[in-house]
Amino acid sequence: MQPTKFVKPKSLQDNYHSYCPGCGHGIVHRLIAEVVDELNIREKTIGVAPVGCAVFAYDYWNFDVTEAAHGRPPAVATGIKRVLPDRIVFTYQGDGDLAAIGTAEIVHAANRGENISVFFINNTVYGMTSGQMAPTTIVGQKTLTTPYGREISRDGYPLKVCELLSVLDGVRFVARAALTSPKNVLLAKLYIRKSFLTQIENKGFSIVEILSMCPTGVNMTPIETLKWVDTELVKYFPLGILKDV
Amino acid sequence: MKKLLQGNIAFCEGAIDGGLDAYYAYPITPQNEISAYFAKVLPQKNKVFLQAESELAAINMVFGTALTGKRAVTSSSSPGISLMQEGISYLCGCELPCVIVNVMRGGPGLGNISGSQQDYFQSTRGGGHGDYYTIVLAPFSVKEIYEFAKESFLLAEKYRNPVMIIYDGYLGQMMEVVDTETDDGKLNVIIDKPIDKNWVLDGAKDRQPRKIRSLFMAEGELEQHNWKLKNKYDKIKEKEVRVKFYETHDAEIIIVAFGMSARVSLEAVYKLRREGIKIGLIRPITLWPFPYSEIYEIAKKVKKFVVVEMNLGQMIEDVKLAVNGIAEVYFYGRPGGGLVESEELIQKIKSIK
Ligand SMILES: Cc1ncc(C[n+]2csc(CCOP(=O)(O)OP(=O)(O)O)c2C)c(N)n1
Repeated sequence: MQPTKFVKPKSLQDNYHSYCPGCGHGIVHRLIAEVVDELNIREKTIGVAPVGCAVFAYDYWNFDVTEAAHGRPPAVATGIKRVLPDRIVFTYQGDGDLAAIGTAEIVHAANRGENISVFFINNTVYGMTSGQMAPTTIVGQKTLTTPYGREISRDGYPLKVCELLSVLDGVRFVARAALTSPKNVLLAKLYIRKSFLTQIENKGFSIVEILSMCPTGVNMTPIETLKWVDTELVKYFPLGILKDV
Repeated sequence: MKKLLQGNIAFCEGAIDGGLDAYYAYPITPQNEISAYFAKVLPQKNKVFLQAESELAAINMVFGTALTGKRAVTSSSSPGISLMQEGISYLCGCELPCVIVNVMRGGPGLGNISGSQQDYFQSTRGGGHGDYYTIVLAPFSVKEIYEFAKESFLLAEKYRNPVMIIYDGYLGQMMEVVDTETDDGKLNVIIDKPIDKNWVLDGAKDRQPRKIRSLFMAEGELEQHNWKLKNKYDKIKEKEVRVKFYETHDAEIIIVAFGMSARVSLEAVYKLRREGIKIGLIRPITLWPFPYSEIYEIAKKVKKFVVVEMNLGQMIEDVKLAVNGIAEVYFYGRPGGGLVESEELIQKIKSIK
């Protein structure tokens, strides 16, 4: 039997990432790159990077990538896809980008059934700006701006974006994954693939939420963070396919 | 061909004749004719029409289309343009060409829906954050709206920079004959070398991947980017100033006005000339780049200037910069969405003569 060789996907550049130890962004970048290679769409893929820790994504992926203002990737992706409908267009957004400042853009792109893929990295904090409360911070969770823990009476409940979007008719595929085990990573990859296929088949909007780790932001070690995602976060954000039509 | 067109419709026809690919906007008075027209006509021409959920979304859709090298347009009126400023700053930072129309209304805040020129500062000083400029065109007739719309893509693409066309709600609603065969109102944009499109994102087929960005974090990188933009702005200032002179050859007093105010001023000029008063008009067509040296040349001979605007006095600051203290500069204007009146202007001029 041939030994399996660990090779870099063609869709990843040969660059170092600027992410902290234990961060989930690098894993998701790779999963997207692997799927783009496997579907043989690298030469017609255009990625839209967020403002957030993944802002440098254009230095990591080896296909065309644009910047977008904070929260606006779905509008930018719309502007690309409408004039280049045969290209594969995706956004990659954090929870601050997608679920706070960019809420209007994501809801309306989804509701229009915009034929794009959205990869939503939920690490429960604003990583880039040093770990403030995000819309997805869970109740009781301590962050830079919830030093005593998130309080429902003041901050409301964590926003369940996927549940919210899955009721919209233009939305075809919604799934939530985590990166906490090899099995979960493979499921995340499967959903990413399914999302790209939804777009390739011209079916409309799809979103994959990935529960990710920001050890720096949640103030735990990388291993503690993994465990916390696996035991605590999934209670509020259950994994699996929410919609597939 | 001769056509009777409303200002806002002339914009649409000019943009279509100029090769528009996509239009995104959010409703606001007094420019709703533009989206109504495009909604009907663009689908028939296989062009993109999309009503956005906000001006924020509209300008970012423009950003998305512009980065593919296609020709994107948005239109709005003052409050909506305020909301677009972040996007315009990104478009300038990323050097993406596009065309933005502001059919100005009264402000601040919700203001009213009458025509105004209250967004002069906002348009000519960048408007959003950072050191940048958009090219600002101020038509004063329906024919000019048509011609500017048609040629604005060339200007935007030549410099990889957004172009703003600004006019007030009155001009947008006004109807005039547009003769597309005649040359009057043309910008005559000179394209001296093929427009470079080797930056667009359309999929990295048979080439290296590309990126569009305005983020420059490495030591000194952003400063370099800003100097590069400055060089471009200097080139635009050198090559693209457009200004018109009326009866200035022997004038002893000069009005400076743009857009609708220039039309009213021109009426006053002709009336005063009949009374033997030697008066002329300078009409800046590009508000940025502003015709500083053209005005300074005239200020060497003429010692009295009157700036006429439909606001509290915004362009007057540029006129003062232009004359640089060698002439007196007076002001006549009305804010809040009111039209300036030639009789009032005539009185003002007689009072300072
Ligand atoms: C208009 C605007 N407001 C605020 C910011 C500052 N800012 C940069 S990144 C960010 C939050 C990023 O958090 P998230 O989207 O969760 O991504 P992460 O960094 O955690 O991956 C904020 C608020 C900005 N760049 N632009």
